Amino acid sequence: MKLTNLLTSAAVALGLAAGAAWAQDKTKVGFVYVGPVGDGGWTYEHDQGRKAVEAEFGDQVETVYVENVAEGPDAERVMTQMALEGADLIFTTSFGYMDPTINVAKKFPNVKFEHATGYKRADNVSTYSARFYEGRAVQGTIAGHMTESNIVGYIGSYPIPEVIRGINSAYIHAKKVNPDVQFKIVWAFTWFDPAKEADAAKVLIEQGADVILQHTDSTAPQAAAQNAGNVITFGQASDMAEYAPKPRVSSIIDNWAPYYIARTKAVIDGTWESVDTWDGIGAGMVGIGEISDAVPAEVKEAALALKESIANGTYHPFTGPLNKQDGSAWLAEGEVADDGTLAGMNFYVEGIEGDIPQ
Amino acid sequence: MDLSAINPVLLIASLMVAATPLLLAAIGELVVEKSGVLNLGVEGMMIVGAIAGFATAVESGSPLLGFVAAAFAGAALSVLFAILTQFAQANQVASGLSLTLFGLGLSALMGQSYVGIKPPRMGDIHIPVLSDLPVIGPILFGHDIILYFGIALTAAVWWMLKYSRMGLVLRAVGENHDAAHALGYKVLRIRLMAILFGGACAGLGGAYISLIRVPQWTEGMTAGIGWIALALVVFASWKPWRALLGAYLFGGVTVVQLNLQAAGVAIPVEYLAMSPYLITILVLVILSADKSSAPASLGRNFHASR
Repeated sequence: MKLTNLLTSAAVALGLAAGAAWAQDKTKVGFVYVGPVGDGGWTYEHDQGRKAVEAEFGDQVETVYVENVAEGPDAERVMTQMALEGADLIFTTSFGYMDPTINVAKKFPNVKFEHATGYKRADNVSTYSARFYEGRAVQGTIAGHMTESNIVGYIGSYPIPEVIRGINSAYIHAKKVNPDVQFKIVWAFTWFDPAKEADAAKVLIEQGADVILQHTDSTAPQAAAQNAGNVITFGQASDMAEYAPKPRVSSIIDNWAPYYIARTKAVIDGTWESVDTWDGIGAGMVGIGEISDAVPAEVKEAALALKESIANGTYHPFTGPLNKQDGSAWLAEGEVADDGTLAGMNFYVEGIEGDIPQ
Repeated sequence: MDLSAINPVLLIASLMVAATPLLLAAIGELVVEKSGVLNLGVEGMMIVGAIAGFATAVESGSPLLGFVAAAFAGAALSVLFAILTQFAQANQVASGLSLTLFGLGLSALMGQSYVGIKPPRMGDIHIPVLSDLPVIGPILFGHDIILYFGIALTAAVWWMLKYSRMGLVLRAVGENHDAAHALGYKVLRIRLMAILFGGACAGLGGAYISLIRVPQWTEGMTAGIGWIALALVVFASWKPWRALLGAYLFGGVTVVQLNLQAAGVAIPVEYLAMSPYLITILVLVILSADKSSAPASLGRNFHASR
């Protein structure tokens, strides 16, 4: 993969040398990816967004990307390189790129940065994310109905607010339709490691889970569930339709294309401003993949009704009464969680067992 | 915390599966290093084996054929390394590293059209009576054939190195290539054979991940197992049975820690996550307290004129 990096940077360098010669005003958009574009999940969808930008603007833009960039100092190096090579807009697409993005943005005040899923902004740094927890509510509903062992396995990546929000949202809605449901949570401490993800899924299945939810990026848990037989899963970040109709019964699909096109347009027009975007099902940033026939019709109906009520804003997945894990009150009857609390969520809701790794 | 949720039989059975890719790659590299060659390209050969095996299995419908292809692909890539280091006298460390980078890139290219495809399944062997025994059945007699091959290979390599003439010659080349050359042994030819063997084993290990352990193809799916195999050879002091122990320990603790997490044991997850590395290194370092050391010519190039 380092080779791909090398090739990409070589291509970037060539592109710059050549580009400067005939098209000074071509807008250059860079993307930094945490996994390979062929992961079939998170990075795949970001790359679809990049391709949509190319398709939309054609010769007006030039896009570059570097895949498999480790979160940390490596990311800073890659971003600096991109900025030095003349990128006008850089999308950094993983939570762990937050501080590197802020650091590099300080050095290049004229380059615009867009950081996915983080919470630190600057004059030239926007943040954007999708309300994946809305999709998790739909998954939780299906999971609660479908589980026969009443054990739902959950593969977490890193204990960051985005992942914890997803666990809470799924749990609340599974519990709502099935009071006996229990969540077993395994932290993989990786976004992408198919072998480890497969191991985690197998362990959860061995311990009785018949529904597997994942917040990691590869399709390995789907394959593990398929081999195990009577287990259902949900596509993560991408549709993962190749595992439909079973084990994959539905999915959360990230749709970044409209946002990437809008932001690139803003840079071309010179109207770019630092903003904080957090859109969900309603705005189309979060899509729910087709619910397959493995799900009974009435369950499918309930899930779609929930999706509809979230989309039109009549229902919020975090609506009281809700308590925190320790039993203390969080939201009163009918109260809705504010975005600030959600953005920094670092606690489980009442009923989930286990501790969040600190 | 509910330890009763952990089924020890399934646990041991799945740790054997988790350990096999690591074992195969480590045994191959062990032979390579015993011949005095340091090939850091294990990761690259594994991933090329993973995609070559996967593609062949998908196209032919036979997982076994996939494994054969994976062994050939791993060996083919190692030929590149052999040409560079044995004939062109290139630096072994640099050549090995570039082999890894090349392998990762090449596999991504080869795998473009295989993302999201399901490979044919490799059946587990089933021996009447034995496989149906409680406890022992699923642990000892319920696996795929490659897992047994890995164990048999370990035994064969151990015997070869310790008792056969071939092993003696191989070790001589690895300890002092000038002396071996003076005695009339073809140093380069012997090393070439060892490198090919190492490549084939790494390829098999890679295919085990893409065909059995995961089973699917995704870019970068070996995720560092080749590097762990390299470290394992050193910590196992170049002894096959210790490599087996290390691989099972590593695979075992990896699976156990996930089990403990799922069972809700109150040990911070960070400690559990680092435990496979810590425990494996600790045990093997204690074991290697005796005076076993690296082959004396390890990493040094040989040329008959010098």
